[in-house]
Amino acid sequence: MTVVGQSIRRLEDPRLLRGLGHFVDDVNRPGQVWMRVVRASTAHARLAGVDLDGARALDGVHAALAAGDVDPLPVIPLRLGPADEPLDAYLQPVLAQERVRYVGEPVAVVVADDPYLAEDAAELVRVRYEELPVALDAAEAVAEGSPALRDDAPNECTTLRRGYGEVDEAFAGAARVVSVDVRVGRHFAVPLETRGLVAEYDAADGHLTLWGATKVPHFNRLVLAGMLGMPVHRISLRRSDAGGGFGARGELYPEDFLVAHLARRLNRAVKWIEDRAENLVAMNHSREQTRRLEAAFDAEHRLLAIRDELWHDNGAYLRTHGAVVAELTLGMLLGPYRVPAYEGVAHVALTNKTPCGTYRGPGRYEATFARERLLDAAVAELRVDRLELRRINLLRPDELPLERKLPVLGSEAIIDVGDFPGLLEQALEAAGYAEWCEEAAAARAEGRLVGAGVGVFMEKSGGGRFETAAVQVDPSGAVRVATGGASVGQGIETAMAQIAADELGVDVARIDVVAGDTDTIGDGVGSWASRSTIMGGSAVKLAAAATADKARRVAAELLEAAPEDLRLEGGRITVAGAPGRGMSLGEASAAYDPQLAERLGEAPGEAFGLGAQRSFTNVAIAFPYGVHLALVEVDPGTGAVRILRYHVAYDVGRAVNPMIVEGQLVGGAAQGIGGALLEDFRYAPSGQPLGASFMDYLLPTAAEIPPVGTSIHEDAPSPANPLGVKGAGEGGTVGCGAALAGAVDDAVGVAGAVRALPITPEQVLAALQVVETGTGTR
Amino acid sequence: MKPATFEYHRVGTVGEAVERLGELGEDAKLLAGGQSLVPMMNFRLARPPALVDISRVAELRYLTREGDTLRIGALTSHLAIERMDAPELLDGFSFLKEAAHWVGHYPIRTRGTFGGSVAHADPAAEWCLLAVLLDAEIVARGPGGERTIAAADFLLGFLTNALDPDEVLVEVRFPRPASRAALHEYARRRGDFAIVAAAVAVDVEEDTCRSARIVIGGVDDVPVRIGEAEAALAGSRLEAEAIEEAAQAAARAVDPASDIHGSAEYRRHLTAVLVTRALGEARGSEDGARSKNGAG
Repeated sequence: MTVVGQSIRRLEDPRLLRGLGHFVDDVNRPGQVWMRVVRASTAHARLAGVDLDGARALDGVHAALAAGDVDPLPVIPLRLGPADEPLDAYLQPVLAQERVRYVGEPVAVVVADDPYLAEDAAELVRVRYEELPVALDAAEAVAEGSPALRDDAPNECTTLRRGYGEVDEAFAGAARVVSVDVRVGRHFAVPLETRGLVAEYDAADGHLTLWGATKVPHFNRLVLAGMLGMPVHRISLRRSDAGGGFGARGELYPEDFLVAHLARRLNRAVKWIEDRAENLVAMNHSREQTRRLEAAFDAEHRLLAIRDELWHDNGAYLRTHGAVVAELTLGMLLGPYRVPAYEGVAHVALTNKTPCGTYRGPGRYEATFARERLLDAAVAELRVDRLELRRINLLRPDELPLERKLPVLGSEAIIDVGDFPGLLEQALEAAGYAEWCEEAAAARAEGRLVGAGVGVFMEKSGGGRFETAAVQVDPSGAVRVATGGASVGQGIETAMAQIAADELGVDVARIDVVAGDTDTIGDGVGSWASRSTIMGGSAVKLAAAATADKARRVAAELLEAAPEDLRLEGGRITVAGAPGRGMSLGEASAAYDPQLAERLGEAPGEAFGLGAQRSFTNVAIAFPYGVHLALVEVDPGTGAVRILRYHVAYDVGRAVNPMIVEGQLVGGAAQGIGGALLEDFRYAPSGQPLGASFMDYLLPTAAEIPPVGTSIHEDAPSPANPLGVKGAGEGGTVGCGAALAGAVDDAVGVAGAVRALPITPEQVLAALQVVETGTGTR
Repeated sequence: MKPATFEYHRVGTVGEAVERLGELGEDAKLLAGGQSLVPMMNFRLARPPALVDISRVAELRYLTREGDTLRIGALTSHLAIERMDAPELLDGFSFLKEAAHWVGHYPIRTRGTFGGSVAHADPAAEWCLLAVLLDAEIVARGPGGERTIAAADFLLGFLTNALDPDEVLVEVRFPRPASRAALHEYARRRGDFAIVAAAVAVDVEEDTCRSARIVIGGVDDVPVRIGEAEAALAGSRLEAEAIEEAAQAAARAVDPASDIHGSAEYRRHLTAVLVTRALGEARGSEDGARSKNGAG
């Protein structure tokens, strides 16, 4: 039996549960000093002056810098493209220059002996602002007459146009046209652990070491090398545990440069731990979009075409993600449905708010909500059952592979495998949906407002150039697996160990996985886009298989047997049919050296140690797919929505560790439910943030999240990687808005009533009044 | 989120606390459970130059009954109220136990104190509402000895109380049992401060309501009594029509502000809903549906 596919306990947990994890705040270096960022207190202003004298005069303060003190002053580059047009004018300098464009923008930094003193010093920095009018709404920001964030570039930083097929013709011939206007609020990833960095500079070697970068360490190292004018090999990014990433934590932010720059400048270790109040305004926000969708149907309820126009609020700057969230929102709108023609336009607007980036299921959460809202609105217009409407329009297995002319992250979108209608039926069965509906009917008969909803979705996962892995067996038989992916709390160490264990025939307990350490592996792409198991896992499989082959060749030589007769099992290499003849993997490692390598005719690059390095380069996107089902009760008095039942069904091709996949689905659902019912980062008309604490940004607690049922499906393994896996990290989140909106519609008896996330009590009460005045339909 | 510099003084008795407050001047603050003060200090919204920590003053941690009166020592934790189980305490005061589960989350209830919450004077705080509802007396001790302040006179405004800078709130007294009292509130998450809270108490004799009290929190700077709604119930049999009339009167009487958690109009609507539910529970009828808090 293979280790892959088993719910073994996570290798990370013994250290985490014992309090032995290494989070960035656990890192303390001799002589370290603390950085504090002075952040803009106004949303849009000309910077008339930054007076650092008061801070510099304070005892225990080592430095105070503003933009003018850093030359050259770098900007945060794009990491993800491609861009349809140049976007350089919209990138964020590491310290504000001439203008501030959002509350929270770094204006200056101070460094002091301890974090308390650093905060005192930061208060002494006097910033003079000349206030400017603000732009806070994406659609208004791109309209004529809006206050402009930049003199030389319009607020609409790019306009994405995507599509295929004869859309106008389809609408002209349509039997019915249905449209919806929808909105998704400004959500925020809120990792339990805020960002943080420790940088130490060794002046003797000219070497910089940085702790706390998670997600894309090799990219960050390359960019920092350029910004600091240092060779890449003089910068080390060390791995650390992370209390959640969700797309936002671990990107390159202004602070990543500032901490490194100050460590070198002061020749002292510099530490920065972001506090929660900073985190809420400084780390990437996400999601905020308004959108108009229009669908053409024929007389048999078949989709003929969709028109899509959206306004994406990206905050004040483009950061590393560029315009990719807007692109994904267009590219993934159609999901698992058959749509002969499509036309989408995304206006990517910059506003005086915290810049946005990706957040778990970027573009798909928004698009799934919008599309499923459109279908639920069509249910009312077409007088068709909502499951039936979906069955009619879901792509069938015999229609795949399908190339959709909507590129995703620069890769072509070929939907290769899947059984979407089949999964819908399995999900309904697994959840007991028929009983839910009976339960809802019984409750309604008592006068309670109970309803069920469905969200069908397609995810995307993988891609992103390549991933790397290095496997090494030591003379004791212990194995080290290094990968360019990074730990963001997702269980990458366990999954990689399981994959390596099968190839090498060793117990996972003998495998150490090092993820995201630039000294341990020379290159890598990182952990994002649900790609680590696909790309990193495949690289590990290749490297481990190459190591196993090498071990067989070594043992064949030493045991005088044919390599093909050798079996790797239980940490030993034995001759098939002669279990007495064999040696341990450790003995093979001890015996292997460049001289033996030469005797075996190994390639020169393979001479050092019993191991192998491999990369995996198939960037084909894998498309997992799933169904969310919700049963809710609406309180007709308060407008509160209570979730009675919830289920996520997800096809991941193959689950390396089903327990971890289940954890991903449940945790993902908690975030998706939060966004659907509670979370919205709002601003006052002045541009002051109104969600800058957990009293005002309503993160769900355990009390708001119901038990989430899951069913993990493996019907459609990906043909594009040797494991058959598809990403499992985001499907728990993607369908929540859609399913809950549908359930609330059903509970209040108005199809298409919910038009915005989060579904606030006031929105629910407004829908109920529609019922009371008799204009609603059930 | 590191507090500004402050001095820290720990005291062992109320007398010491009063003395120390006198020495330190009017900006010094008492530290009890710290559940409101410490976060405000971490945000630097509060910057007291000195704290006088009374959390170990054992003489302020008690719950006793004297005749009709329930006396609650200022340092009694919310959890102690929630776990109140002695029949002589509960008789006529079970509404306090019922209301305790609305106060924050479990960790907050273990550390937060009854007296601290009343002194903090948040207009949506459960204990402030109930204190106003049932004419609680606030006992304060200062250099000149003790004085007693009626709850309605104690709560002066948003986070503002009637204590002198060198006075310590030592006790809250509920002078009369109230067997038909209830508190209902709504927040979008369990444990948050209520968007609106409604506390009611009714005196019923031979199925007739002799008098009623209704207090609403979250709609003004202090919990407000709604005389119009109370009048609608007096002499009624607490039938649905009377409750509806009281609820509508309450909704008309309040003048809430809008914020991101709810518009003025929504708060007004909630006022009617919660008054209806609280009265339903207080009446003890079957149809007094209990509110469900939040989305979960």
